Parts: sequence; structure tokens; C-alpha cells
Amino acid sequence: MIRLFANANYDFIGFRKIAYIVTAIIMIPGLLMIAFTGLNYSIEFTGGTLVQVATTQPANIGEIRAALEAEGIPQPEITTFGGSNEFVVRARLAQHQAVTEREAQSTAEVVRSALTKKLGADAFTIRRYEVVGPKVGSELRQKALMAILLSFVATLVYLAFRFEWRFGVAATIATMHDILTTLAFIKYMNLEVSLVVVSAILTVVGYSLNDTIIIFDRTRENLHKYKRQDLAEILNRSVNETLPRSILTHGTTIAAVLSLLIFAGEVIRPFAWVMGFGIFTGTFSSIYIASPILLMIERKWPGKDARGVKARVMPAEHHDHHEAAPLAPTP
Amino acid sequence: MFDSLKTRLAFIGLLIVLSIWALWPRPVITSRPQRDGTVVTDTTHPINLKRGLDLQGGIHLALELDESGGPVANKADAIDRALKVIRTRVDEFGVAEPLVQREGASRIVVELAGMTEPARAIDIVQRSAFLEFQMTDKDGLFRQALPAMDRALLAAGITEATIGRRMADSASRRAQAARPAAAAASSAVEDLLRSSNPPDTSKAARRDTSRARRDSAAADTSSLLNGPLSTLLLAGGNTPGEYMVASEKYLIVREMLRDSAVQRVIPRGIITRWGKTEVSRGARSYRPLYALQERPIMTGENLVNSQARLDPNYNQAVVEFQLTRRGGRTFERETGRRIGDFMAVVLDKWVASPPAVIRSAIGSRGQIELGSASLQEAQDLALVLKAGSLPAPLQIVEQGTVGPSLGADSINKSLVACAVGVGLVILIMVGYYRFAGLLSIAALALYGLFTLGGLAAFGATLTLPGMAGFVLSIGIAVDANVLIFERIREELVHGKSVRLAIDAGFKMAMNAIVDSNVSTMLTAAFLFQFGTGPVKGFAVTLILGIMASMITAIFVVRTFFMIYLTRKAQVETLSI
Repeated sequence: MIRLFANANYDFIGFRKIAYIVTAIIMIPGLLMIAFTGLNYSIEFTGGTLVQVATTQPANIGEIRAALEAEGIPQPEITTFGGSNEFVVRARLAQHQAVTEREAQSTAEVVRSALTKKLGADAFTIRRYEVVGPKVGSELRQKALMAILLSFVATLVYLAFRFEWRFGVAATIATMHDILTTLAFIKYMNLEVSLVVVSAILTVVGYSLNDTIIIFDRTRENLHKYKRQDLAEILNRSVNETLPRSILTHGTTIAAVLSLLIFAGEVIRPFAWVMGFGIFTGTFSSIYIASPILLMIERKWPGKDARGVKARVMPAEHHDHHEAAPLAPTP
Repeated sequence: MFDSLKTRLAFIGLLIVLSIWALWPRPVITSRPQRDGTVVTDTTHPINLKRGLDLQGGIHLALELDESGGPVANKADAIDRALKVIRTRVDEFGVAEPLVQREGASRIVVELAGMTEPARAIDIVQRSAFLEFQMTDKDGLFRQALPAMDRALLAAGITEATIGRRMADSASRRAQAARPAAAAASSAVEDLLRSSNPPDTSKAARRDTSRARRDSAAADTSSLLNGPLSTLLLAGGNTPGEYMVASEKYLIVREMLRDSAVQRVIPRGIITRWGKTEVSRGARSYRPLYALQERPIMTGENLVNSQARLDPNYNQAVVEFQLTRRGGRTFERETGRRIGDFMAVVLDKWVASPPAVIRSAIGSRGQIELGSASLQEAQDLALVLKAGSLPAPLQIVEQGTVGPSLGADSINKSLVACAVGVGLVILIMVGYYRFAGLLSIAALALYGLFTLGGLAAFGATLTLPGMAGFVLSIGIAVDANVLIFERIREELVHGKSVRLAIDAGFKMAMNAIVDSNVSTMLTAAFLFQFGTGPVKGFAVTLILGIMASMITAIFVVRTFFMIYLTRKAQVETLSI
């Protein structure tokens, strides 16, 4: 039988400072860029019109842009979609602009007539067509934010119930870390933040949480099993013990994501990118963020047996003779 | 409960049967009206799995009450009634399984799968379809009031030129909002132009009108009077209350008539309505304007049935309608009193066809002539008339159309991705866990069946993100098995016998599996709550996928191990 990392004994927790630096290098420039230039929201969020057009001849993007501007569509964004015979026109509603629903609708007609004039009615087919009024867009932004925040609260409560509040807080902080690095990644890749991408972010949250809980579950078990060891040791042991499972599960998930990335086409690609990055950041945060944070919380607010502080304050042998109360309640 | 192998196998068998039964193709009957007015039904047998608009192509509309024309009194009730009306209309539209549902408190979502003409769909869904039969202004009250209207316009300083400028202004304001810098410059230029072209002084204009009133003899297509409004109105044909407006002046006249000063002097009980179709006289085209008696003698509320037909005599589309018995009696009485007068059929405040003279009393049956309209337009009209009128105007707040070719592309691509993904997962699992890997792959096949069966059973919709979620959840689904297998390996390494190791492996992995899956499900539940259309599909697929994977990974794989262990009395080693 093949065994990967069967008796691994790496000092993950010891490397946490280096890990913090790595994550900061990834996260901070991206978040600064977002702070200054914002994210590239899809029209589902900003309101506006999207028209996906397939042409019989390769289309000249510059000419089409000129034709649309001549018809009074300010700054249309035109991007090719897959090959050169297909492109997407986006006309956004400018921010803070009082545009009525009806005007948002008529933009779609203008795009259609401008293309008919430029290319001729038979030279193109409209493959997809979306018009989002300003009200729907702003509603959606609020809903997306609410969904993410509420899922945090639910996780916290569930973990506090199943483990202990320390675990819930550590897992939630790790999840926030994942959202921030994923946002930075989206900014680096200049991906459009659409509903599908928001779903991908939430999936990453779920996936990373899943991973964190697997390690925490081991930690909970090992705290019962090795009553003399301090928390840092137990965390290290737990990460190492779950390492084969992590490699296997991440391997199969990466295989699925790769096939989506390569074969599932343009619509799903942003989802696959975010998900692919999410697997890495989720794994990273379970090991290097969630576990050290748990240790940090334990040191600051020690539990009944204060095992997190033992390593620094007193030798482990000191507590040999009496039964310490477990950190986590028995499930 | 599931201690014996037999009950376990029976339970798995039951789940398989239920999933297949849920997915089993069943007939879908679609009815669509034909050219000759008959209705044809098509029966197809697709697999019982709803595909989202992004996969099969179609139109998505979201509508809300339009209060730009004034507030709507009872909104909740208006939405409820609008929902019913739209549902009735859409049901007869000839689309398989149309979806009309309320979203939140004030929004109606309509999804028409397979439909690709947004303009037609919008027309059917959004049209108020308020039908009125109104008599024309046979006493010429409107015409007598024309000079007063002219005077009102002059007093307010409104002329053709000022209205033209106002319209140009609002158009440029729209552009200005989009391009602030450029617009500031252009409005400065407009100011200059405006001051160089002052409005007509009212004194001079008033003299004009008084002169105009003297020679009010109006020839065909010559202006009636010389006031700002009346110069634009030309005498119509023989129909009383009919006027012609040159097509290019239509918007200007419309603005003049909307002016509050003009509205005040229009005689009580008279309203104006525009003709739906333009008419051409010589080389020019005109839009007819009708002065009508405000009180309708009949409305569409009394209509019970309507049907489109091609009138062979004139080769034009007509809509025949039938009124309720009571409506028919009223109509007969009202029209009987007005023989020789002209009656206009007004649909959503537009005169549908040139008013016709009433030759004899009309009973419960009648028809609306639609002039140059196609039979399909007539059919659509018949459909919306039958379904009843909307209680309040609706506006479209979101609209999406996916072409059928794009949907087919997406299905093919995600199927390929699915095949490759599954292939890779099989390779990894069998390569690493050998025999146990094979068991988990068999369970994975059941996982796929249960998930799809669950989607079918709950009537959930499979969307493109949903398919991505499915591919992804295959990758995640093996996680439970990986957790269990790793535990079994650990126990084997610790020297436990195969039987004990398997038992311990399942038992020890349980906590981790339950906790991690429940938390993922919580996230998916919030995704479901926030998402629309495709994202909801993704969340549902994820939730069902997690449930199916718990069943297959824990229960089914355990059963497989049990079968393996009962077959071999003596098990020394396990290929895992």
C-alpha cells in the first residue's frame, strides 16, 4: 500500500511566523489595490446591460466600440469571449447616477441597433442578453454581503456548540483570512466579480472551514488522548496526522477544479480560478492560521487546564499527577 | 435498525429505485397555437430534471409595479392579482413549464424556457391589456375648444419650438449624466443658442389666433386653425373626432396635450387617444388622434373569451371576442342607442383600429380589426385579453435572454469537464486505495444517482453553476471516504484486526465527517437564501450533494465492507 506522509512530523506551528509573512505579502498589496481602484463588479451588481454577440466574421473590437459610442453609449466595455468570433459588450450604469429602470432597458435596444447598423442584421447573433435595473443591482450587493456575514455567525455558533468558543473564533478568523486573500487574488487576476464568483467565494469558505474542522476534530480527540502534552504539540500532531487525508482530498478536488478550468468553458472559468486558489488558501489557513490563532487565544485567555501556556510557563511533567479538565467538552 | 446486511441492502435498493423513479422520463405536453387558430399539442419525454435557462436557453424577466404614473393603492393585492393574470397569459403561451413566481414582497419573476424573442415575451407579460369601447366625439366638443387650448399654450409661452428644445434638453441631460465633463460644455453652448432665439411674444401670437378663428374652414389635410396646437392638427376623414398629425410632429403634439393648462380647457367628458398605426396620405405619413367620450360603453372586464382569426375578405387579422351574458345585454342596449355613431376600440389607451360606424346593435359577440398586424400579434392580443388586464402597470427591472446554442454549448462543455473530473478522481482513488478505492468509486456512482434523483424529486433546477457544483462536489464527496480509509489504515498500523480496524475507522471518522459537512451545509444554505436563479441551483446541488455523499460514503461503503467480510470468513489483510 502506498502511504504518503504516513508518519510525518513536521513542525508546522513553529513555522507560523514565516507563514504570516507569506500571507501578508499575498494579501496586503491586493487589498491596497482594491482600496484604491476597487473591484471589477459585473453588471449584476452595478446594473446595466450585457450583450454577448457571436459574429460570422472575426470582429474588430475597436470598430465596434466606436460604433457603440457613436450611438451614445458611454464607455462600453468590450471583451472577446473565447475565440475572436464572439465578444461581450457591457454598458454599465454609472455610479450614483439616477437612471430609471426604463432607461436601463432601452440601452439594450441601442446596442442591438448599433450592431445592426455596423455589422448588418445577418452578420451577428445575440447569444446572451442581460439587463439589470439599478435597484436589483444594489439589492444584490446587500444580499451578498449579508450571506457572507450570516454564514460567519452560523459557523461561529455551530463550532461553539460542537467544540468550544475558542475553536469557533479561530475558524472564523481563518475564514476571514481566506476571503481576504481570495479577494486579493481576484484583484490580481482582474476577474469580474459576478454572482458566480461570489458563489465561488462562499464555496471556498465552506471548503476551508471543512478542512479546518477536520484538523480541529483531531485536536479535540488528541486533547483527550494525550493529557500531558501542551496545545502547540497537540496542534502539530493533529496537522501531521491528518496530512495524508489532506493530500488525498485536495488532490481529488484539484483534479475536479482543473477539469472545470480546462473544459467547462468561459462562463465557469472565473469560478474555477477562484475555487482553485481557494483550495490552496483554505489548506494554508487551516494549518497556518486557524491552528496558531487557536494557540494564541489559548495563551491569552487560558482554558481550565491552561495547556496553551504550559509550554512557556512550566514543564509538561508538572501536571502529570492529576487529571486536567479537557479543553473541549466531551461530545 | 440497520444491523443486518439485508435491511441495509434493502434500504440502498429503495434509494436507488426512488432516484430512478424520480428521474424517469415523463411526458411533457406543450400546446401552441397554429396559424389557423387551432391549437396543436406536442408531447416530449425528457428526463425529469429541470434545466435552468442558462442551460436550455430562454428568457428571464423580473417585474415590479411601475409607480411613475402615480402611486398604486394596495400594492400587495395588486401584485397578487398581477401574478395570477401573468400566469394565465404565460400558460397559454406555448412554452414548456413556464415559471411565474413572486420573489420577495413586490417582485414577479417570469422564466420562459426555450423562448428567444424578448420583445414578444415582454409585450405579453407587461401589457396592461385594458380594453375599452368608447364613442367618438360626434358633437365636435374638442374642436370647439381648440382655440381655448391655443390661447392656453400661448399664455404659457409654449410653442412647437420650446417643446422641441425641451425634448432635446432632456436627451442631452441623459447623456450629461453619463459624461459630466463634455456635457457642461455643451449646455453652455445651448444657453447661448437659447438667448439668441427668444420665444414668440404672446401678443403677436394672440393676434394670429383671432385671425385664424375667422377662417376656420378646414380642407382635407390642411390645418384647422393657426394656433400653436391647431396648426399641427389636420382634419381627418369622415370620422367625427378624428384628426391627423404629421408623424414627425407627433411627439410635440403629445407634449402640448399633456400640458396642464391645455388639460384644463379640454371639455369635461372628452379625452384624446392616439391611433396605434400610422396612416399614409400621398408621400407623407400621419398619426391619427381621436377625441373620444371619456366614459366607455363597455370594458374588457366583461370579456369571457377571445380568439384570433384571419379575415379572408380583407386578409387582415381580427380578434373575435365574446362577452358575458350580462355584458352582452349592456353592450346591446348601449350600441342600440347609438346606431349611426362611431365607436373606437381602445386598448391600453391606444385606438386599436380606425373607429367604425355602428350599423346595428352589437350583442355578446364582436370583433376587433387590427389592420396591418400579423396573425401572431392578433393571437397574442387574444391571449392577453382572455387572461384579463393587469391591475396596475408593471416595469421590468431585470431581463435576461440566453440563446439556445449557448445553452447547448454549456451542457456539452460541462459534461466533458464532468467526465474528465470523474476520471481523474477514479484514477487517484483506485491508484491509492486499491480495493477500498474501488468500493468508494462504486459508492460514488450511487452518489451521482442520488444527487440527480434528489434534484428531480425536489423539482430543483439544474443550472450551469449547479453543474460546476456537481463536478466539484464529486471531488469533495470522496473526502468522507478518504477520512474513513485513513482511519482504517491507522488502526491497521496499530495492529488491529481487519474487522476491528474497519469498525473503528468508521466510528472515529464520524465526528469529523458530520461536523465538516454540517458547516459546509450551513454555508450552502445561506448561499441558497441569497442567490437568484443559477446561484440557487448551485446551492441546491451542493446541499443535496453533501447529503448524498454522507449516505454513500458512510452507509453504502460500510455495507460494501460488510458484504466483503461476510463472504470471506477469514480476512487477514485488507487492500486499502
